[in-house]
Amino acid sequence: MAQKMTAGKRIGMEVSIAVSYAVQLSRAEAIAAYPITPQTHIVEHLSSLVANGELEAEFITVESEHSAMSASIGSAAAGARTYTATSSQGLALMHEILFIASAMRFPIVMTVANRALSGPLSIWNDHGDIMAERDIGWIQVFVENGQEAFDHSIMAFKIAEDHRVLLPMIVNLDGFILSHVVESHQLLDQETVDRFLPPLVPYHRLDPAKPVTMGAFAMPELYTEMKMAHQMALTNSYGPILEVWREWGALTGRHYQPVETYRTEGAKVLLLIMGSLAEVAETAVDELQALGEPVGLVKLRLWRPFPFEELRKAVAGADLVLVCDRALSLGGGANPVLAEVRSALYPLAVRPQVLGYTVGLGGRDVQPADFIKLLRHGQAEAKQGPSQEFFMYGVRG
Amino acid sequence: MSKSWDQWTWQEIEIGGVLTEPGSARAYNTGDWRSSRPMWDKKRCIKCGICWTVCPEAGISEEPDGYFDMNTYCKGCGICVKECVTGCISMVLEGE
Repeated sequence: MAQKMTAGKRIGMEVSIAVSYAVQLSRAEAIAAYPITPQTHIVEHLSSLVANGELEAEFITVESEHSAMSASIGSAAAGARTYTATSSQGLALMHEILFIASAMRFPIVMTVANRALSGPLSIWNDHGDIMAERDIGWIQVFVENGQEAFDHSIMAFKIAEDHRVLLPMIVNLDGFILSHVVESHQLLDQETVDRFLPPLVPYHRLDPAKPVTMGAFAMPELYTEMKMAHQMALTNSYGPILEVWREWGALTGRHYQPVETYRTEGAKVLLLIMGSLAEVAETAVDELQALGEPVGLVKLRLWRPFPFEELRKAVAGADLVLVCDRALSLGGGANPVLAEVRSALYPLAVRPQVLGYTVGLGGRDVQPADFIKLLRHGQAEAKQGPSQEFFMYGVRG
Repeated sequence: MSKSWDQWTWQEIEIGGVLTEPGSARAYNTGDWRSSRPMWDKKRCIKCGICWTVCPEAGISEEPDGYFDMNTYCKGCGICVKECVTGCISMVLEGE
């Protein structure tokens, strides 16, 4: 399966394979993973790279995702650059350990190939899996295409391992829609990545010559302070994240922002989307702008820490923002992205009206025409006053 | 750090809550949870050490004379009373 990589040249390959090359180029030293659709190809290919001697790493074949995350904590504690990947039920099975990884401040990098949670059983894409893990205290980004998946997989190590950050990081990519498609990727050569990403320097590590206690308990007198320290670390990771993204931009010409906009100049109605659906929405925006309609698109890339100021700037001047969540907060008044956007805008004296839509659950296809229909619906609802807290787009009955 | 932990600010906590000095468990006097304490009747004690063996929290120490007594980590669970083969230990309410 060995495939020679040529820097600069565009290479067509499955996005999962590109991610595994990114992990190889990042010289991951420990990989603990359990296969689950649609993450499988990433770790499958990584295990081949390790077995073929193309990646010098310990590949730990664990019996569950609970163990995958536990082993990742162990290898990170030993000072190894650690990678894992999962999806859906696997991410859910990691749940309790995810909080521990971030509280212990280990710079583990994980790809989540986003997939719906059971039940009913679904192997297809939505963001329900990661939204259930919203508050785990990891840095979280969403990518839109294969190139972004490749880029962010390398940058994630540099961000996570920065001694001003020291937090684990998740790169979210849409299962199947990205993980299983062949896209054109511009890879980097090993020397370039080595210059960009120096070897991991552990801040604390298990060392018999200098013993420390990791994972000690905290009495009520200390728990709040520990959580505050974590909250500040995650909030303050924002600056280093931008630094790394800027450095990558200078290196590759591919620039990333916490909130990105598409044709929003003068736009009065904005769609707001995370993940691969943003590219679909671009087509809808193009079609509507061709008709002279002031419609634009806001893409949220950085989910945690949440970019409040950038979001406020991105929607300033709009009358209506239609937030499209690929997840459902059952029994609540707003899905996760909608809730965050509303709370970011609520303190402003002048703010656009914000309506929410659930789209693309469990792999339901969403096409440009759907975004146009959704926009029409949103405009009508905004005019008459919203009839519901949020809307399930395209649901029958 | 010399000051007690209820004085620490969030900025003073080591990254990840790592403890770089040993002995934090020793510094924590779990005995102040206790509502009752074990009392040994030395006349019936045979110095067998069963109480010391079964104590789940190392809350019992051997004295220089070979008898046993609780230490500052005893939480007053009473397992030693239950397991003592001669029945020489009894629980007494704190404050009595």
